[in-house]
Amino acid sequence: MRDVAIVAFAQTAHSRTSDELSEVEMLMPVLHEVLDRTGLKTADLGFVCSGSSDYLAGRAFSFTMALDGVGAWPPVSESHVEMDGAWALYEAWVKILTGEADTALVYAYGKSSPGELRDVLTRQLDPYYVAPLWPDSVALAALQAQALIDAGATDERALAGVAARSRTDAAANPYAQLSGPAPMGDYVVRPLRRGDCPPVSDGAAAVILAAGDTARALCARPAWIRGLDHRIEAHSLGVRDLTESPSTRLAAERAGAFARPADTAELHAPFTSQEVVLRRALRLDDDVTVNPSGGALTANPVMAAGLIRLGEAAARIHRGESDRALAHATSGPCLQQNLVAVLEGEGHAA
Amino acid sequence: MPEVLTAPLVVEFPFTRSLGPVQSAFLTGLRARTVLGVRASDGRVVVPPTEYDPVTAEEIRELVEVGTTGTVTTWAWNARPRPGQPLGTPFAWALVTLDGADTALLHALDAPGAESVHSGMRVRIRWAEERTGAITDIACFEPYDSEPGRQPTAHSGEFADTDTETNADTDANADAGPVTGIIAPARLDYTYAPGRAQSRYLNALVDRRTVGERCPACRKVYVPPRGACPTCGVATDEQVEAGPNGTVTTFCIVNIKARNLDIEVPYVYAHIALDGADLALHARIGGIPYDQVRMGLRVAPVWTEGARFPDHYRPTGEPDADYDSYKELI
Ligand SMILES: [Zn+2]
Repeated sequence: MRDVAIVAFAQTAHSRTSDELSEVEMLMPVLHEVLDRTGLKTADLGFVCSGSSDYLAGRAFSFTMALDGVGAWPPVSESHVEMDGAWALYEAWVKILTGEADTALVYAYGKSSPGELRDVLTRQLDPYYVAPLWPDSVALAALQAQALIDAGATDERALAGVAARSRTDAAANPYAQLSGPAPMGDYVVRPLRRGDCPPVSDGAAAVILAAGDTARALCARPAWIRGLDHRIEAHSLGVRDLTESPSTRLAAERAGAFARPADTAELHAPFTSQEVVLRRALRLDDDVTVNPSGGALTANPVMAAGLIRLGEAAARIHRGESDRALAHATSGPCLQQNLVAVLEGEGHAA
Repeated sequence: MPEVLTAPLVVEFPFTRSLGPVQSAFLTGLRARTVLGVRASDGRVVVPPTEYDPVTAEEIRELVEVGTTGTVTTWAWNARPRPGQPLGTPFAWALVTLDGADTALLHALDAPGAESVHSGMRVRIRWAEERTGAITDIACFEPYDSEPGRQPTAHSGEFADTDTETNADTDANADAGPVTGIIAPARLDYTYAPGRAQSRYLNALVDRRTVGERCPACRKVYVPPRGACPTCGVATDEQVEAGPNGTVTTFCIVNIKARNLDIEVPYVYAHIALDGADLALHARIGGIPYDQVRMGLRVAPVWTEGARFPDHYRPTGEPDADYDSYKELI
C-alpha cells in the first residue's frame, strides 16, 4: 500500500458571522495559503475533493461556486461530498491509494450565520419519525449528556472542566473563535449549558495530501496517514446506547489506533459530553493531550470542523510537537458516524 | 467599503414521501391510536419500526402491537421551544421505551418543570385530536403512573376503515385506507448576504450601471462577478463598467409559462455579452417578435421605474455584430 501524508493545512480565523464574504470569498484565501505552503499550483493537483452543505447558508449548488476559488480550468479531477471535509479527505486518500493521483487538495467550508443552525440541522434527521418534530442539535446532544449523567459516566462539573480546558487551550490558537475563561452560563437545553455547546461559526479549512517521495519533497515532516476508517451506527437514536460509541471504537480498531499509544488526540466533539464518550471509545488516558487546539467547542464551522481535527493533528506533527496523533471526525446527531485517522511523523519529534 | 447587502431568503418545501409496508402500518396505527413495532432478527421489538433490521440490515416484516404507556430512558429540558417543535410551552425531550418495546421513541414530554422529570419515570401517549397518519399524531407524552410489563402481541398491520376506535373519533380521523405517504412541510429562514463582489455589482445596478470585475491574472471581465475567476482561482477585484449595450450570443424560445411569472409566451431568453464583458449574462429579449431574434442582435437594457435590475433587453437598431466578435463568448 502507498504511504500517504497530510503535507499542509490552512484554516480561516473562524467567526460568528461573515456577512461581507460569499462562500468562495471566505474559502479562497485558505486555498491559496495551503497551495503556497507546498508551492503547488492547481494544475499540479491530481485530485480535488470538497465537503460542504447547501443547507447551511441556503445556497443551492454552492459547492460549484466554491470551486471557482480552485481555478478549475483546464478541467480538474474533482469530487464533492455533502459531508464534513474529513470524509472528502477519506475519498482523496482512497484515490491516492489506487494510484490514480499523487497529490490531492481537500477543502471544506461552512457558513452557518445566514440561517438558524439548530433548526437547519434538524433537516438531516429521519424524515418520517424525527424531522417532523424539529428536535434541534442541542436538544439531541442534551439527551446524550443526560444518559451519560444517569450512567454515572460524568456530571455537570466534569463537563464544565472539559469546556474550561478547551477554552484555555484555544488561547494559543489564533484561529479559534472563543478562548479564555468564561462562565458556563444558563442551560440551553438541560443538562447542557452555554459553555457545553459549540459556538456557531463561519469558516473554512484545506489540506493537501501527497504520496511517498512527493510528500517528502513538499513537507519537511509529513504527517503520514497510518490508518483511516469510518463507521456508522443505526440512524434511530432510540436503538443506540447513547453512552457508547461503538462506531468510533470500530473505526479506531480498523485504523490501527490501539496498536500503540498516541501522544495527541484531536477529537471532533462539538459538545463537552461527546468528549466523554469519545475518550472512552478511544481508550484515551490522561497521558494523551486531547484537543490542544481547543477543539470544536472553540470554533465549529460545520462541515469543516472534522477536517480541521485532521489538519490540527497533522500540523502538530509538522511542527514536531507530536509523533503519533489520533484525529477524529463526526457527523450526524449524537456522534452517529465517526471517522478515525492515525497520523505519524518519521523520526522522533524535536 | 459600502454597506453589506442582506435580504431575507426563505427555503420552503412540502416534502412528499412514500412509505414502506412497515412504516405505513405504523403511521396508520397512530391514526387509530395504536402503536405498532416490528420484530428484529435478534427478537427485539423496534419502535418506531423500521423496514430493515437496525443491526443486520435485513428486511423485517413481523409486526406487533405495543403499549401506549412507557418508561423514559433519557430526557432533556427544553425551556425555550423552537418553531415546529411539538409543544409551544417548556417541555422535556424524551426517549421513551413503550411497554412491550425494546427500543425508544423520541418525542416531547409535557411536564410542569425539569424537577418533575427523571429517567425511569412512567409516561403515556397523549394523542393529537386530529390524526392524519404522522408521527405528530402523538401530541406528546405525559406523566402517568402505571405498571410496566405489557408483552407485545401479534398484529396484522391492517386497520378496518371503520373500527370502533376510529368511529368514536372525528370524521377527519376515520379517513379510509392505509396511510401510504406523508407530506412533511419544511421551511428554513435565512438572511442572504451576497458577498463583496456581488454587493459591488448590486450597488452599481441601483444607479443603472453594470459593473463587472476583471481577473488580475487572465484579464477577463466577469459580469455579474462571482468573486473569483473560475479559470484562475483568484479574487477579481478591479471594477470595470460594462455595457450598457450588448450582443445576443445565443438564445432560446420559451413556450411554456412559468408559474408566478406574468410574461406572455412565446418569448425569447438569451445570453447577452455586454460590451466589455468576457462572460455572457442572461435576460429576456423584448420589443421584437420572438421569431426575429437572432445571434448577433445588438440589444440595450430596458429599465422600469424603481427596478434594481433591467426588466429585459430590446434591439438597439444597430447592425448585427460580426460572428467573430462574440464567438468566444457563446
Ligand atoms: Zn482569470
